[in-house]
Amino acid sequence: MVTSASAVAVAAAEQTGRRRRPRRSAATRRDWLVGYTMVAPQVLGALAFVVAPLVAVFWYSLHEWNVLANTFTFAGADNYERMLADPGLRDSLVASLWFSVGLVALNISLALVLAVLLNQKLPGTTTFRTFFFSPVVVSLVAWTIVWSFLLQADGGINGFLATVGIDGPNWLRGEATAMLSVIVVQVFKNVGLNMILFLAALQAVPVEIQEAARIDGASAWRRFRSMTLPLISPTILLVSILTIVGSLEVFAQIAVLTGGGPGNSTTVLVYYLYQQAFRFNDFGYASSISVLLFVIVLVLTLVQWQTRKRWVFHEV
Amino acid sequence: MSLHTPRRSPVLVTGAAAVLSLSLAACGTGSDTPAGEPETPDDPVELRMTVWTADETQLAQFQEIADAYVEANPELVSGVTFETVPFEDYTTSLTTQLAGGNAPDLGWILESYAPEFVSSGALVDLAPTLQATEEYAYDDLLDSSLALWGEDDALFAYPFSNSPFAVFVNTDQVAAAGAADPAELVASGEWTYDEARDVATAAAAESGGQGLVVRDFEYQVWENLSTVWEGWGAAPWSEDGTQCTFTDPEMVEALTWIHDATFVDGAMPGPGTTADFFAGDAAMTITQISRASSLDGSFAWDVVPLPAGPAGQQNVIGQAGIGVFANADTPQIAADFLAWFTNPENAETLAAYFPPPRESLLTSATLAAANPLLSEEQLQAVVVEGVQGAVTKPAHQNFARLQDTVRAELDALWTADADVEAVLGDVCGAIDPLLAD
Repeated sequence: MVTSASAVAVAAAEQTGRRRRPRRSAATRRDWLVGYTMVAPQVLGALAFVVAPLVAVFWYSLHEWNVLANTFTFAGADNYERMLADPGLRDSLVASLWFSVGLVALNISLALVLAVLLNQKLPGTTTFRTFFFSPVVVSLVAWTIVWSFLLQADGGINGFLATVGIDGPNWLRGEATAMLSVIVVQVFKNVGLNMILFLAALQAVPVEIQEAARIDGASAWRRFRSMTLPLISPTILLVSILTIVGSLEVFAQIAVLTGGGPGNSTTVLVYYLYQQAFRFNDFGYASSISVLLFVIVLVLTLVQWQTRKRWVFHEV
Repeated sequence: MSLHTPRRSPVLVTGAAAVLSLSLAACGTGSDTPAGEPETPDDPVELRMTVWTADETQLAQFQEIADAYVEANPELVSGVTFETVPFEDYTTSLTTQLAGGNAPDLGWILESYAPEFVSSGALVDLAPTLQATEEYAYDDLLDSSLALWGEDDALFAYPFSNSPFAVFVNTDQVAAAGAADPAELVASGEWTYDEARDVATAAAAESGGQGLVVRDFEYQVWENLSTVWEGWGAAPWSEDGTQCTFTDPEMVEALTWIHDATFVDGAMPGPGTTADFFAGDAAMTITQISRASSLDGSFAWDVVPLPAGPAGQQNVIGQAGIGVFANADTPQIAADFLAWFTNPENAETLAAYFPPPRESLLTSATLAAANPLLSEEQLQAVVVEGVQGAVTKPAHQNFARLQDTVRAELDALWTADADVEAVLGDVCGAIDPLLAD
């Protein structure tokens, strides 16, 4: 409406032969005011809750800050130098890498398989969809606590395995099984969301193209690989970014299931950061780890975004 | 991490304290703090104390004592709130509050973290206030109880709870297994860890449950094992906290005993196995006497002192202190309230749950009046004698990092084929740099 009013005003000015510039500026100012008023809450919110904390964390990372000792002294790049020589940080990066690789591979492949299955016209798909999506809306901590009971040495999983003659491992006490357990718990928590995203993308693939390919003699696998996958590649990009970023932020599952153990095998980067800040009261060093995490997430997202043209259909 | 203003520097805090004429300084050792009555504020203040108990009876008792203080000092305090923070995350939550500029006025402090809090400057010196309080009887406080919480003549937290560790026994399960009665073994002077292990093994085999549970250890809180290794005369580090002693022969023998009791004899639950003595899951448990309130009469029980190890019998107590935070709005008033909360009369009331550090109150008669569940004989043997000459659980100025590092290294010990000496060598390798800090 504002735009229409401006146009009418400009036309009227032309008709009367008056100079257009002042009246258009007034309209532009009005548009400017309305536009910025509309985005102000979002901009202010982002400034207060995203930009300001980012700046503050970077500022804190340049300081030695012990809340218990009540010290806050400028340390320059000391915290960053310390990161280079910190074996605990190195171990936590390795643990994060394993967790992310395992989670992304399992989550995306399982979500895609489930979505393809649900895209068939078969009875019971609604129940199946509800079954896999319901964990998404369950409280993360409640979900993890239930799994912590199931994964105990004498818990439900091993109880079930015993009924079929298998002596199950002590899932949360072995280094490999503990990491695997955390990954699987997280996959089942969130696979439903990715499944729904993939399903929506699959249902948007034009039927005509599939039929044309079928008439041309393309096999089901060839149609999926050469037509469906490229057509849903924008969704694959979105899901990849969300899952990778989410995998780097895992915390509650580690805190509840393993506490970072056994050893330090499941001490991922965010859990290590938490330990430094809230257990060891070393907020300056923890802030520098936060900056590192921010850079890692930023770089990964930028790399995915920049490489999208090579494999995302609509970006080609 | 949320955005907030960094905490004031010690210099700024000191300056502000001077401007406001607060007599309790907010940093340093605080030993120059003058004693006396707190200055009357413009408006009565609201005090907040963080605690880890959620027991409604205990909280009601605290509130009753606090309400009496408010009634006696309406110009100082309008109310006192006791804020429960779950034990598992207590210290973390407390430091988070400090980091957020939301320091409580008073707070409970776990003994393992006592050196860190005491040396940090986060707490004010209570000694001048307590000593200046009429009828407080400061000299009645046991020096051994105060040792962890003081520095020179300063006292940075009052050890309100001095609860000895003891062995609770499910006598129904022990009798059903035909095992020796621990009380009789105590009477005959044969109550040793080896005997306790044999009783536990027999009872577990008979009941199908667990034998001896070191409560709250759960293969994470390794410092609770000190209740056992003290019988071997072992310690995790030297008295001055600079040398790792996990590889000393006493510690190797003690942890070998625990390892074998778990993986060879089946006397103790293995990793990942949950067992609650008070729910009837185990025949015996090593825990603090204050847990007696969890007994519901569903089985016959007894309580006996900690067994003797090769180095003899050593009592161990778990302490909790109450400190006043330097960054609280009115630390002087908070200290005055603490003097009321822990005076001889209120300490006797609190003795129902928390054995006080007062020599005059540590008698079986006084404690029996407050603990109807326990007989005078049990209280004499376990509490009164248990506090005398007792040691506390491991504590260190760098405890949080040490706790986490030792936990991670000891994880390798909790498998059936572990090489105990090699693992303990790794523990020392990992914590040596922390002890040297």
